Amino acid sequence: MKEISTGNKAVAKAVKQALPKVVAAYPITPQTEIVETIADYVTSGQMDCRYIPVESEHSAMAACIGASITGVRTFTATSAHGLLYMHEMTNWAAGARLPIVMANVNRSLGPGWNIWAEHTDAMQERDTGWLQVYVSTVQEAYDTTIMAFRIAEHNDVLLPVMVNLDGFSLSHIMQPLDTIEPGDFIPPIHLPYAIDTKNPMGYGGLTTPEHHFQFRWEIERSIRDSEKVIRETEKDFAKRFGRKYGPTENYRCEDADVILIAMGTFGKEAEVAVDILRKEGIKAGSMRIRWFRPFPKLDLAGKEVVVIDRDYSFGYGGILAHEIMAKNEIKVYSVIAGLGGQEVTYDDMAEFVRTRRIGEEFWFGVTKHV
Amino acid sequence: MMINNDRFRELNSRSFHSNLLPDLVITTEIPKEEYLKKCTSACAGCSSSLILRYVLKAAGQDTALVVPACCTSVIQGAYPNTAMNVPVYNVAFASAAACASGMSEAFRALGKKTNVIVYAGDGGTLDIGIQSMSGAFERGTDFLYICYDNEAYGNTGMQRSGATPIGARTTTTPTGKTVEKKDIDAIAAAHHLEYMATSCSAYPQDIFKKVAKALTFRGPTFIHILAPCPPGWRYPTEKTIEMGKLAVKSGMWVLYEREHGKLTISAPSKAAMRKPIPLEDYLSPQGRFKGIDAKSLEILKQRLTANLKALFEEEAAA
Repeated sequence: MKEISTGNKAVAKAVKQALPKVVAAYPITPQTEIVETIADYVTSGQMDCRYIPVESEHSAMAACIGASITGVRTFTATSAHGLLYMHEMTNWAAGARLPIVMANVNRSLGPGWNIWAEHTDAMQERDTGWLQVYVSTVQEAYDTTIMAFRIAEHNDVLLPVMVNLDGFSLSHIMQPLDTIEPGDFIPPIHLPYAIDTKNPMGYGGLTTPEHHFQFRWEIERSIRDSEKVIRETEKDFAKRFGRKYGPTENYRCEDADVILIAMGTFGKEAEVAVDILRKEGIKAGSMRIRWFRPFPKLDLAGKEVVVIDRDYSFGYGGILAHEIMAKNEIKVYSVIAGLGGQEVTYDDMAEFVRTRRIGEEFWFGVTKHV
Repeated sequence: MMINNDRFRELNSRSFHSNLLPDLVITTEIPKEEYLKKCTSACAGCSSSLILRYVLKAAGQDTALVVPACCTSVIQGAYPNTAMNVPVYNVAFASAAACASGMSEAFRALGKKTNVIVYAGDGGTLDIGIQSMSGAFERGTDFLYICYDNEAYGNTGMQRSGATPIGARTTTTPTGKTVEKKDIDAIAAAHHLEYMATSCSAYPQDIFKKVAKALTFRGPTFIHILAPCPPGWRYPTEKTIEMGKLAVKSGMWVLYEREHGKLTISAPSKAAMRKPIPLEDYLSPQGRFKGIDAKSLEILKQRLTANLKALFEEEAAA
């Protein structure tokens, strides 16, 4: 069905159609509309689900953990400080192998109070064992949320999935949305180690180094296996519903000399910058990273690379740029832009490419080349 | 073995009518099934594992336990073994009640009546876990929260907690704590719980009865159980039961229950308060109170008197 929706509402609609049994959440701007919409679905009887209005994000994730271990489908949503407040529990969720799906509306971190888009919040969760995907349109937010449940709950994965959408520039903007009937696209959840009082087990107790090490390797093995599950899920989604997704979204990359890489809404904006550059005779392409964990294999051989980071690791550099450099053993032009919701247009992006200095870092609007 | 409501009412009324010999009557009613096996890694003389034994006997097989970081995290044994014969979900320190909220809602969504019980220490309740506990109470989560209180962070080597009494030495109050114990029961009561109670490891029948009763309620219930700790309180391991009895007989710890807001002081405390023993009889066998200063002792005594007065007045008013 075709309609107009915000990014937040699209996520809420996808969650409704995924039929979770428990949603626990705490309000935070710019995520709040997601949980408000779900609370309304539950209260009005449109969703057969328990909505737990917890007193903090730490408790939101704890409640999702407690619900998930009984074997039910579970969802929450958060942003920025909320995400960091639940950091202890995001580790717990992944370590406990619970297929919780969470929408994170990317926002900067204080101080000072700034509610606008930035990716540093989710980047600080990158080593927790969660799968992370970044979306760029309202439609993609909806489709990816539906796929996230199937991926998380797949028995070769059984890890939580975080769907990231940019605060305001995606969460609050209106775009066309074509909703689907998922039908059996998401199979019934089956958690092999769900709590069963007739077959009691201990969960998360004292663990010696030998076993702990084994459990950590199993998380890594599953996150590697998730690549295949993601691929199959996206392929089946395309077959059933006609929309194609992959680990990256590549635009005019085949014959490109220079590739502009970004995530989220910037990644989509970069396509316009590419068109501008092509008109000028610069053979540019854009590559939008969708899945950040597991980190995709990128085909960058023989290309110059410009990376826009909407995040930063102080004392080190742009996080996405450094992951790409390390994984591909290349140098890139690292642009830090859009922190705290800083406006970055496609013209600005085109200029990053024109003035690129491979091997250097540039803070847009703050520094000259450094 | 499940304790159903009918059986509990029968059990309760019998004990009510045989006030003079409550122990004898109820002892026969405690199920023989063991859900906490003998192979725990508890310290010698540990009272918290004793409490848990009776908690689980009262709760029965259809029970899931949520345990935050505390002595019980260790007592249950190391992976892949467990001394527990009910599912035990271990979870991060501050999160037990919130985890129980999710678990309880999920069980109910699945149409299951499974008891969800948080079994947490005093640090996990009065300090780091107080927010999630308050939230779960306020939301009306259908669960039982049990705080076993050994008045310090026992698992990490006896650091002071919000439950440590004034004057008690811990590894972080080496000359004695200078501030009073937090009144978690008043805080719990402020959530208008349908049922809340106190108990003590030295009175297993009291624990059994109160846990069984708490589990007949829908919604949040709370039981605060004093758990004397030989290494922490510094008394010989064989004195654990005696120490709990001294706490009650001195009036330092009062056994009661508050049902639908109506307070009833439990029989052992009522009997003890007819002729309480001096507070010093409770304090002096404990190394942690050795050399307690006169001011702290006076505050302890004043608090004891005020607490007893308030409880007996509340009961009389009801």
